[in-house]
Amino acid sequence: MENLDAFRAEVGKWLEDNCPPSMRKPLGPDEDINWGGRTKKYENPEEKLWLDRMAARGFTTPTWPKEYGGGGLSNAQARVLAEEMRRLHCRPALVSFGITMLGPVLLQYGNDAQKKEHLPKIVKGEIRWCQGYSEPGAGSDLAGLQTRAEDKGDHYLVNGQKIWTSYANYADWIFCLVRTDTNAPKHEGISFLLFDMTSPGVSVAPIKLISGTSPFCQTFFQDVKVPKANLVGKVNAGWTIAKALLQHEREMIGGMGFGMGGTGGGGALEQLAKEYCGADNGRVADPVIRDQVAQHAMDQRCFLTTLRRSAEESKAGQGPGAASSMFKLYGTELNKRRYELLVKVLGSQALGWEGEGFNTRELGTTREWLRSKGNSIEGGTSEVQLNIIAKRVLGLPD
Amino acid sequence: MSLALSEEQELLRNTAREFVAEHSPVKALRRLRDEKDPVGFDRALWTEMAELGWAGILLPEEYGGSGLGYAELGIVLEECGRTLTATPLVSTSLLGGNAVLLDGNETLKKEILPAVAKGERILALALEETSHHAPYAIATRAEATANGYRVTGKKTFVLDGHVADHLVVVARTAGKSGDRDGLTLLLVPKGARGLSVTRTIMVDGRNAANVTLDGVDVDKSAVLGGAGRGADLLDKVLDRATIGLAAEMLGTLAEAFERTITYLKERKQFGVPIGSFQALKHRAANMFVEVELARSIVLDALRAIDENRPDVSQLASIAKARVSDAIHLVGNEAVQMFGGIGVTDEEEIGLFLKRARVAELTLGDAAHHRARFARLNAF
Repeated sequence: MENLDAFRAEVGKWLEDNCPPSMRKPLGPDEDINWGGRTKKYENPEEKLWLDRMAARGFTTPTWPKEYGGGGLSNAQARVLAEEMRRLHCRPALVSFGITMLGPVLLQYGNDAQKKEHLPKIVKGEIRWCQGYSEPGAGSDLAGLQTRAEDKGDHYLVNGQKIWTSYANYADWIFCLVRTDTNAPKHEGISFLLFDMTSPGVSVAPIKLISGTSPFCQTFFQDVKVPKANLVGKVNAGWTIAKALLQHEREMIGGMGFGMGGTGGGGALEQLAKEYCGADNGRVADPVIRDQVAQHAMDQRCFLTTLRRSAEESKAGQGPGAASSMFKLYGTELNKRRYELLVKVLGSQALGWEGEGFNTRELGTTREWLRSKGNSIEGGTSEVQLNIIAKRVLGLPD
Repeated sequence: MSLALSEEQELLRNTAREFVAEHSPVKALRRLRDEKDPVGFDRALWTEMAELGWAGILLPEEYGGSGLGYAELGIVLEECGRTLTATPLVSTSLLGGNAVLLDGNETLKKEILPAVAKGERILALALEETSHHAPYAIATRAEATANGYRVTGKKTFVLDGHVADHLVVVARTAGKSGDRDGLTLLLVPKGARGLSVTRTIMVDGRNAANVTLDGVDVDKSAVLGGAGRGADLLDKVLDRATIGLAAEMLGTLAEAFERTITYLKERKQFGVPIGSFQALKHRAANMFVEVELARSIVLDALRAIDENRPDVSQLASIAKARVSDAIHLVGNEAVQMFGGIGVTDEEEIGLFLKRARVAELTLGDAAHHRARFARLNAF
């Protein structure tokens, strides 16, 4: 066994020495996590310093190989790093779809030149990626996508439209599913392309959501020229890569539900219930609310324990496959239930839109409640996850 | 401790699975029920299980036990749950046995525990007084006498009470019903003067009894856990038994779920397996998630006892609430998905539904444990 204690001591000391003071505080109301990218402006120089120091050790992508700038850590060491960062309240130095989605599939399916070109820039936060998957006519039926990429000898010519492209308006590059064969069965004519969002013919339009925010865009391609070197894997064999990436996405969203649940509403549910619904001898006065708060806490605990069991069983070579669908399904549904309960607990104070009469936490809860409605739609709806479980895990017939 | 099974634990699971499949398949429970067996479980089977070391699995070797932990007992209980095997594991090994082991005096331990490990002694906890689990709602009185106590009261839903050699009676030496203080646990031998025990036939074909104590005299040495301080011992015993019962329920609900999935693949209507219908697929997939979550929390709860963690009580309530809700869902869905055959006595799935509901209520249903969880967390 590797010596994790020595690693913990070393990495803990390094974090204390290298994490700037402002990066050990929670995000302020006007701050966002660092997504990196060409257009990122660093108003706080410590944010850049923190990213550069972490990237230099490969700690923005702890388990990636060192040759591409990663940390070269084992999974166990990466867990220790995460635990130490939590203990010392260090912010993540960088969050990106390059880290959680594109990187893992490039490591598996990319050629050497692609890995050398793109992975180090992801590690350092130089390039911010977006995901060109869904189309107006291809949501749950993703493989029905129609964005065309025509073979023009030395390049592909891309025409079509994507939708629900997260942060396309801030992204530098896109990983994109395109149709390269219109005659083949739908799963067999898809390819996986990478291209620069500043290429001529690319345009984006943010979509305003019910929460009032615009995290998603429509993305249009008109005669966009993409060099053939930017094709990942073989032509018409992109669906396998697309599915592998979706699995990483589901894991990310499933885990995110939890991260958001931990802080959403800015306080423990039971405390809010006492504050907003009334307390009786130090207990939540309404027994129905109390029961629902207890149910939610139990659901969270059971979900966390299942994540842990899945990790431990896969380490021991046991356990079910298609776990990512279960986590995506349950994590997002749990997060939606959390916000429904929060709104119930806060009552009319969670139903303000803006202005006087509501504090920041209350207004935030309203917006996050509305935003949470998308959780069980994006990255594959809950219904699609149920289909995957029924087919892949339970073996139920088509 | 990892939630993944070790090689030894996998081996124990395989042994237990093969044993119950051969010696106590579901039809064994049916036979006990149909023949109106006076004992309600198979004594010869219990002796064999004792020889495998399962009756005394938790007991230290000095009392003739196997010296293993809850993780291992949980495996045996889960496999017993799969075939609805009727055993005194909950009444004797978990409830009565723990009351003696965790706070009995040495004389009592030496007298009782080795006999438990051999499968020769049956114990029962006489706790409930109403139709709902309420461990402190005790009106049964124990009045001090010259040498001990005189016990008067009525108990219900006493698991294996009609065949128990000793009853652990929860009585009150002070305070009023509902108080945690003032409870005293007393060991009462069968046949004691003033003790009457009536077997109750339950819907799941298992054993319970109503018990009347009409001025039963017991000696001072019969006190377990200290006079008036019995709740400390009672809580510990109930936490452990609740987690053990949850492990048994996990086996029952996992088996009912797997049988249902098999049925969905076999049963054809409109010329196709009914499992190809999305209306059933999604319900099946939702059940799968509930089964997985139940399994995780039960495994963690069993390990929490073995590791002596401070959150054993919390985990007991989370696990029992979880498996109770899951077994309720799976039991009902299983019968519905089996269709007409599901409501016949001939098909075994109905026996799982019946066991599900009794186990769900035993030692507190989901609502009870959510309320308890809230209390433990001060909200």
